[in-house]
Amino acid sequence: MADTFDIEALEPIQVVETPIYLHYHYIAPCTLTPFLRALKNGKLTGALSPATGKVLIPPLGACPESGTATAELLPLQDSGTVLSFTTVHLPIPDSPLKPPFTVANILLDGADQTISHLVTECDPADVVIGMRVRAHWKPREDWDFGLENIHYFVPTDEPVADVDQLRRDCLKRAEQRREGGAQHA
Amino acid sequence: MRDVAVIGYARAPYRRSAGDLNEVELLLPVLSAALADAGLNRQQIDFVCSGSCDYLAGSAFSFVAAVDALGATPSLPESHVEMDAAWALYEAWLKFQSGEIDTALIYGFGKSSPGALPEVLSQQLDPYYLAPLWPDSISLAALQADALLASGRYSERDFAEVVADSRRAAMTTSGAQLSGLFSVDQLMAEPVFASPLRRHDCCPISDGASALVLASREKAEAIGASTAWITGLDHRMELHQLGLRDLTASPSSAAAAEKAGADRARLDVAELYAPFSPQQLILRDALGLGDGTVINPSGGVLAGHVMMAAGLDRVGEVAQRIRRGEYRRGLAHATSGPCLQHNLIAVLEADHG
Repeated sequence: MADTFDIEALEPIQVVETPIYLHYHYIAPCTLTPFLRALKNGKLTGALSPATGKVLIPPLGACPESGTATAELLPLQDSGTVLSFTTVHLPIPDSPLKPPFTVANILLDGADQTISHLVTECDPADVVIGMRVRAHWKPREDWDFGLENIHYFVPTDEPVADVDQLRRDCLKRAEQRREGGAQHA
Repeated sequence: MRDVAVIGYARAPYRRSAGDLNEVELLLPVLSAALADAGLNRQQIDFVCSGSCDYLAGSAFSFVAAVDALGATPSLPESHVEMDAAWALYEAWLKFQSGEIDTALIYGFGKSSPGALPEVLSQQLDPYYLAPLWPDSISLAALQADALLASGRYSERDFAEVVADSRRAAMTTSGAQLSGLFSVDQLMAEPVFASPLRRHDCCPISDGASALVLASREKAEAIGASTAWITGLDHRMELHQLGLRDLTASPSSAAAAEKAGADRARLDVAELYAPFSPQQLILRDALGLGDGTVINPSGGVLAGHVMMAAGLDRVGEVAQRIRRGEYRRGLAHATSGPCLQHNLIAVLEADHG
């Protein structure tokens, strides 16, 4: 028996598995719900911040710049502009995405906040900042409450946009919306 | 020590479920109300510190999302503790002591309703020996309660008295989740839930958010704020291994109270963070609170318990009573971890040192 407890002779224990399973019952926040319902119908929307006039996607309840509640949802286009991107060359474990693939920050037309999504159906080497893209939706029967309804974005044949000018135009439009809202109130 | 005062406080009503309100939506009105109570606006806040835990709602980085409620433009100095917001207050208090700031906004929030809180809390235990056994917070509190009964100091009737007092006191607390007139006999007739605890011995699970505003003496006097002065603040922690602790005592609470100078003068009021009724008896003994001290005039956390805000609420409840002139000197207690492992004591007074 003695040698059973000869610690020196035993292999050290290097791994102890203690898996954690916790179940949560998620309820979508009231400001996100209409956004998700619109997505289920293939429509993109953004929340208007009355304080800044900016249109935020996804709507999470507050305008982070002003710390005030957002108001109504405005419709957004499913086209936009690449503001930055990265091309991933490493395989990610358990991911259905096969490298190389390109993830971009896309400013949807009408929005003031970018979303991240895939840009594909082109050579990753051809993706540039300012590239115009359009959503390629999954088949309607696969639509659910998520941005995954958009399978990926594909380049359009529009010319590359001047992103500095685009940013200036966005700020100008936000200012107009803010002033317009202020006049209403 | 630099004098620091509580000059504003607000909290959301205690609710079993906030339903379709997310953390940001819970926080927005509370932050505005606390700032309005203080007579300050966001731009006059030098430092923001919050307490929350992503495990509660199961949403990663919810403390980062919560910053959306602040309007952090222009950018502001902000910090977070994965603890009760009473410890966020402690962090801010240290910044006051360093002379770095003159105002601070502290907030805590918890949305526990999406998960199973007693099981979620088991994951704060040591990951090798205890957490894999999934001992939930109620079972651990029941072990503590049983040890207290075995000590012969208290009976199950004493537990029920704590509950009856809380329910009665909470009748005048706005937004209390549990309140009402109950006799000890009535409570004793209820079935045992996790022996020796009955369901009413356990705090409710609440969704909510709270915010508190602090100011230095210079700032508070400059704006003519209504004040409750923090004249002592300390926190102490016991061993992580429950098996090495005397669960019927709270030496860390006693040590923190001593360091905070709680016994320097009479305490009119104390708000104790005791999620389970026997713990209130343990704390009362550890802190040496006698009949001259009103304990838990709000009903304490048996009336409403927002994980990660409940400790800050104790400070807020004492501060508001002092600001209203109901009491001159009070103690606020916050706890964290299983069976009162980690304890914070704040002494609040109508007059500064």
